[in-house]
Amino acid sequence: MFVLVEMVDTVRIPPWNFQSKLNEAISEELNKKLANKVVYNVGLCICLYDITKLEDSYIFPGDGASHTKVHFRYVVFHPFLDEILVGKIKYCSQEGVHVTMDFFDDILIPPESLQQPAKFDEAEQVWLWEYETDEGAHDLYMDQGEEIRFRVADELFVDTSPTGPATAAKETPKKEPPYTLIGTICEPGLGLLSWWNS
Amino acid sequence: MYFPCFRKNANAAMLSNYEVFKLLTDLKEKRKDSGRNKHSVGQQNLNTITYETLKHLSNTPCSRQSPEIVKEFLTTMMPHKLTNRAEKLQLLNHRPQTAVEIQLMVEESEERLSEEQIEELIQTVSDILPGDPEQQNVAPAEAEMDEGGEQS
Repeated sequence: MFVLVEMVDTVRIPPWNFQSKLNEAISEELNKKLANKVVYNVGLCICLYDITKLEDSYIFPGDGASHTKVHFRYVVFHPFLDEILVGKIKYCSQEGVHVTMDFFDDILIPPESLQQPAKFDEAEQVWLWEYETDEGAHDLYMDQGEEIRFRVADELFVDTSPTGPATAAKETPKKEPPYTLIGTICEPGLGLLSWWNS
Repeated sequence: MYFPCFRKNANAAMLSNYEVFKLLTDLKEKRKDSGRNKHSVGQQNLNTITYETLKHLSNTPCSRQSPEIVKEFLTTMMPHKLTNRAEKLQLLNHRPQTAVEIQLMVEESEERLSEEQIEELIQTVSDILPGDPEQQNVAPAEAEMDEGGEQS
């Protein structure tokens, strides 16, 4: 679920922070820059793990701040393909079941990856599994708040950097999440935990 | 969304949930003590992600683990033919209690492990990794009911 990513960056420390220890000032700046942010093709950054190397600090003309090149490792949320994860159902829609893991919300299980046969109940806005037994069909509802076990089937990184003024004026900005996980529960053992607990 | 900083090694190492849980818990303690700029605008993101990640992880088996438990688990896992680091990691993070869960996390488990080996694996996981105390209180009560029907 979590990986350690080695990164290099130049950290700018303004003069009013010169009284702090360099390491602390740098840690603070790095966390301010990266914590809770998605880095394209890397994942959701959680927090700084450690600083591996500090190069010399420089002050440039016209700017009183110091600039330091830092090599560091950051804890990143980036599940591997086929990893099993457990989350909670946020809500259901025509697009599928939306799952949340508290710190990460953009998880979708599309209709074709649900336990089959699946049906969408329009009235209650909930997906259900039409589970067949000898006694007949049981409808197993995928209610909000239920814990759900799923497998990571795919991931989607979208570059949400701002585009130039030319395009921005015409299009209504569609807010796409920068990092989405596509899950599947189409296997024995996957789906609501309550379905499989004996 | 941040486009950064040069990335040296995208997958330098996989971390267990326990390691992240410990890291964030220690970070929270340290920041509580220093106090001065915890609430400054810049630190809000770190506060949010720390709080939410801890909230999620505290409901998982890693919240009951320790470095000794993790070490014991990895040592005991060695003879079980789990070649893949990712497989051991998933067992550590999820603490599966049924054969069905094992099959989800161990690739081609039907070919690689016999039924007894799967049972052994479940037993090892159960013994070494602490479970949810709420769930564990249920099992002994049921056993008592089976044995002494007349006792009240």
